[in-house]
Amino acid sequence: MNELGFPILSLMLAVPMAASIACLFVGANAARWIALLATLIDFALGIVLWMHFDIGGVQWQFVEKAALFDRFSWALGIDGIALMLIMLSVFLMPICIGASWEAIQTRVGEYMAAFLLMEVLMIGVFAAQDIFLFYIFFEAGLIPMYLIIGIWGGANRIYASYKFFLFTLLGSVLMLIAMFWMVNEAGTSDIPTLMAYDFPVEAQAWLWLAFFASFAVKMPMWPVHTWLPDAHVQAPTAGSVILAGVLLKMGGYGFIRFSLPMFPEASVDYMWLVLALSMVAVVYTSLIALVQSDMKKLIAYSSVAHMAIVTVGLFAFNRQGLEGALVVMLSHGLVSGALFLCVGVIYDRLHTREIDRYGGLSINMPRYALLFLLFTMASIGLPGTSGFVGEFLSLVGVYEVSSWAAIVCTTGIILGAAYMLYLYRRVAYGVIKSDDVAAMPDLNKREIALLLPIALVVLWMGVYPESFMAPMRKDVGALEARLASVKPAGDAQVKMGKAPVLMPAAHAEEGHH
Amino acid sequence: MNYALWFQLASPEIVLSISSLVLLLIAAWGGVQSSRLVSILTVTALFGALALSFNFLLNPSFAEGADAFYGQYRMDRFASLSKILVFLSAIGCIIVAPKFFARGNLMRPEYPILVLFATIGMGLMVSAVDLLTLYVGLEMQSLAAYVLASFLRSDDRSAEAGLKYFVLGALASGILLFGLSLLYGFTGTTSFIGIQTAFGDGVSTGALFGIVFVLSGLAFKISAVPFHMWTPDVYEGAPTPVTTFFATAPKVAAMALTMRVAIEAFGGQQAVWQQIVIFVALASIILGGVAAIGQQNIKRLLAYSSINNIGFILIGLATGTEAGASAMMTYLIIYVAMTLGSFICVLDLNDREGRPVEEISKLAGLSKTRPGLAAALAVFMFSLAGIPPLFGFWGKFVVFDAAVAAGLIPLAAIGIAASVIGAFYYLKVVKVMYFDEPADVIAPSDSAARMALVTLTALFVSPLGYFATLALSPVTAGAAKALFWAA
Repeated sequence: MNELGFPILSLMLAVPMAASIACLFVGANAARWIALLATLIDFALGIVLWMHFDIGGVQWQFVEKAALFDRFSWALGIDGIALMLIMLSVFLMPICIGASWEAIQTRVGEYMAAFLLMEVLMIGVFAAQDIFLFYIFFEAGLIPMYLIIGIWGGANRIYASYKFFLFTLLGSVLMLIAMFWMVNEAGTSDIPTLMAYDFPVEAQAWLWLAFFASFAVKMPMWPVHTWLPDAHVQAPTAGSVILAGVLLKMGGYGFIRFSLPMFPEASVDYMWLVLALSMVAVVYTSLIALVQSDMKKLIAYSSVAHMAIVTVGLFAFNRQGLEGALVVMLSHGLVSGALFLCVGVIYDRLHTREIDRYGGLSINMPRYALLFLLFTMASIGLPGTSGFVGEFLSLVGVYEVSSWAAIVCTTGIILGAAYMLYLYRRVAYGVIKSDDVAAMPDLNKREIALLLPIALVVLWMGVYPESFMAPMRKDVGALEARLASVKPAGDAQVKMGKAPVLMPAAHAEEGHH
Repeated sequence: MNYALWFQLASPEIVLSISSLVLLLIAAWGGVQSSRLVSILTVTALFGALALSFNFLLNPSFAEGADAFYGQYRMDRFASLSKILVFLSAIGCIIVAPKFFARGNLMRPEYPILVLFATIGMGLMVSAVDLLTLYVGLEMQSLAAYVLASFLRSDDRSAEAGLKYFVLGALASGILLFGLSLLYGFTGTTSFIGIQTAFGDGVSTGALFGIVFVLSGLAFKISAVPFHMWTPDVYEGAPTPVTTFFATAPKVAAMALTMRVAIEAFGGQQAVWQQIVIFVALASIILGGVAAIGQQNIKRLLAYSSINNIGFILIGLATGTEAGASAMMTYLIIYVAMTLGSFICVLDLNDREGRPVEEISKLAGLSKTRPGLAAALAVFMFSLAGIPPLFGFWGKFVVFDAAVAAGLIPLAAIGIAASVIGAFYYLKVVKVMYFDEPADVIAPSDSAARMALVTLTALFVSPLGYFATLALSPVTAGAAKALFWAA
C-alpha cells in the first residue's frame, strides 16, 4: 500500500465523487452542506497528505496501483510538484463552494455536483501516474466546466461554453495520438518510466508539438488564449476561480510532467517558439488589460500574462526558472482566484462588472478595499507577497538563457503594475459616483471567511516561500538533471563572481625564492 | 460430411428459422390480437439463439471455429460475437415497439416476425465465408428491412422511406452482385479462402473492379460516405423502433461482413483496398460531422452520427491488423449500446397527446422537466462524441491505438481532429436540453421497459463501462483472431 496504510489518493477522489452523486438527489440546502463538507474533508485529507509527505524522500510517494482496466491501470502517486498543486486544488474548492453559497440559486444540486466532479478530475490529473488515466482526467474536465459555464453563466454563456469546449478539445486530441505512439514505442503507459525514456530525437519534435498544442491551449498561451477571456467573463464567480486557480495550472503541469522530461531535445529546439510566444503574450495581453472596461476580462488577460511568465520560467531549463515557474503557478492560483472572488463580491451587490460603475469603494467598504489592495499588490509582484517570489525567480532563470526574453518580460511586470493599479484606483479610490454604490455594504462574515485564508497564504508564501518550495526541490532537481545535457548555452553567460585574490600566485612563488 | 455437426454449428439460425415460420402461422391465424404473444415468443426465440451463440463464444471446445455446409458457412468466435450483438439489438427493438405502435393501434404481429427474418439474414451474413451465402444473407436482411421501413402504411413519410430504401438498396445490391460475379469470373471460385489463394499472385484488373464494386455495395449497407445518401431520409421516415433497428443490428452485421470480406477474401491484397477504406473512413467522419450541424430533427442528427461513427470503425479496418479488427469489435459493442440508448431516449420523447417529438428545439429545458432522461441523453451524446470519461471514448481509444500501432499516424491524426467537428453537434443537443429555457413539450414517460433499457445502456456507456474492459478485451481479441485464421 503506502506510507499511511490506506489509499489516501483514491479516497480523496472517492469523497467528492460520492458527494457529487449525492448532491443530485437532494434539495438545495442539503446540496450546499454536502458539498462544503466533502470539500473540507478533502482539504483535511490534503493536509494529512502534506504532513506525511517525506520531503527529500523517494520521488513518488503514496503510490497506488491496481490493474482495473485493459491497457491502462489505476495508477496514482504524487511527487512534490503534484502535492503542491493538489493542495492548491483542495484549498480553493471549499472557498469556491462558499462563494457560490448565495450567488447560485437555481439548480443548486446539479451545480454542486458539477463542482465536486471538477474536484475529482483536478486531483486525478495531478495524481495520475498512468498516461492514459491522466488523459481521461484531463479531458473529462471539459464536461462539468462546459455545464458550469453554460447553465450558470452570464448573458453570452452559450458562445463562451462552446468556445471553451471546442478549443480545448481540439488542442487535446492530437496529444492522444502522440500518447499512443509513445506507449507503443516505450511499451509502457507508466508516467515515471516514460519520463526517463529517451525517445528518438526526430520523433520528439512531433510529439512535443502534439503535447504543446494541448498544453498551450490549456495554459493558455498567445495566440490560442482567446477562449479564456470569454470563458472567464461568462462563468459564475466560483467557476472563474477554479478556472484561473487550477485549470490553467494543468497546462503548466503538463509541460513539467510531460514536455520537458520526456522530450528534452525537442524542448530545447522549440525554446525559441515558447519564449517568443511568451514575450508577445506578456506585452500584448498586458496592453489589452490596460484598456479593459470589464473587471473580469481585465483579470483574465492578466492571467494570460502571468502564465507567460510561467512558460518562460519553465523553458529556462535551470533551477531558478523551474522553481520560479512553479511558485508563480501556485501564487497565481491563489491571487487570481482571490481577485475573481473580489470581483464576485461587488458583482453580487451591483450586478455589473463595468469598472466605471464603481469608484470610491474604500470609503464605504474599507475591509474590502484592504483585501483587494493586498491581492492587487500580490498580482503586481510586490516583495512580501507570493507574486514577487515566483516572478523574480522566473526572470532570473530566463535571464541565463535569453537576456532579451528577460528584458521583455520584465517590461510586462511594469505594465502589470500599471493595469492593476489603474484598476484599483478606478474601483477603490476617488469619490462615490452613485447612490447604489454608496449603499453597498462592506464584506460580510462569509466573504471574509473566503478571502482571509487566501490573504494569509499569499503573505505566507511571500515571506517564507520555503514551506512551499521544499517539497518540490528534489523533483525540480531531478528535472534539472534530466535537462542538464541538452541545456542551451544562453546569451547572458552569467558567472559566479570571484572574490579578489589578495596575493597573486606568481608573486607568491617569487617570494619563495 | 457431418450433418449433425453442421446443424449444430448453424443452430442459432435454425432455431430462429423454425420459430419464424411457426410464428408466421400463429400470426396468420391469430390476427392482430396475437401481436403481443408473437412478440413475446420472438424475444424468447432470440434469447434462445443468444444463449447458443454465447455457448459458441465461451465454450473452449468451439475455440477453433468450424466450417459447415461445404465451406458455405462458418461458425467462429467472430461470428458468435457479432450474432450476440445483432440478437441483443433485435431484442431491444422488439421490446420498445408495442408502446410506439399502440397509438393509432398499429401494432401488427408481422413486426416482430419481420425483425426475426432480418435477424436470420444477418446471422447468415456474419457467418458467410462464401459469396453466395453473403448475398443470400444480405438480401434476406434487406428485403425484410424494406418492408419494416414502410411499416406505418398510412404514413407518407414511412412509405417514402420504404420506397427510397428499396430503390437505392436494390441499386446497391445490383452493384454488389456485379462485383461478386466479376470476382467469380476472374478467380474461378466463390469461397473467401479460394479468392484469397487466387489473389496470392496479384490482382487482375477485372478482379480489381470486382473488389471496388463489392466494397461499394457493402459501403451502402453500412451507410458509409459516399453511399450514405439514403440514411438520413430513411432514418427520419421509418417508424422510430425500426430506425433503432436499422441503426444497430444491420450496421453490426454489414460491418462484420465487410470485415470478413476484406480480411479473409481480400486479405492478401491489403494495399488494394486500404486506400479505399481510408478514403471512405475519413469522408464518413468529416461529412457525418459537418452535415449534422444544421439538422433540426433528432433522428436525422442520429443518422449523421451513425455515419460519423461508421467512419471511426472503418479506421480500424484500414489498419488490416488483428488489433484493428479487435478494436472494431470493441467499438461496435459500444456503438450498439450508445445508439440503442439514444434512440430509445428519442422513443420516449412524446408530447402530452402521445405524439412523437422529433424536433431538437422542442427538447429545450428537458433537464428541468425530465432530468433523468436528459441526463441519459447527455451521457449518450458525450459518449458518441467520444469525450472521456464516458465509455464512447474507449471505442475511439482502441481504434486510434490500432491505427497508430499500424503506422497510420496521419490517418489517426486527421480522424481524431475531425472528431471535434462531431463534438459540436452533440454539444448542441446538450445545450438545448440544459441551457435553454424549458419548452415543456415532453410528457412524462409511460413505459417502464424503455426506462429500464435506457438506464441499462446509460450505465454501460458511463465511466462504469471501463470496468468491463478487462472482460471485454479477451473476447474481442478472440473474435479478431478468428477472423485471421487463414492468415
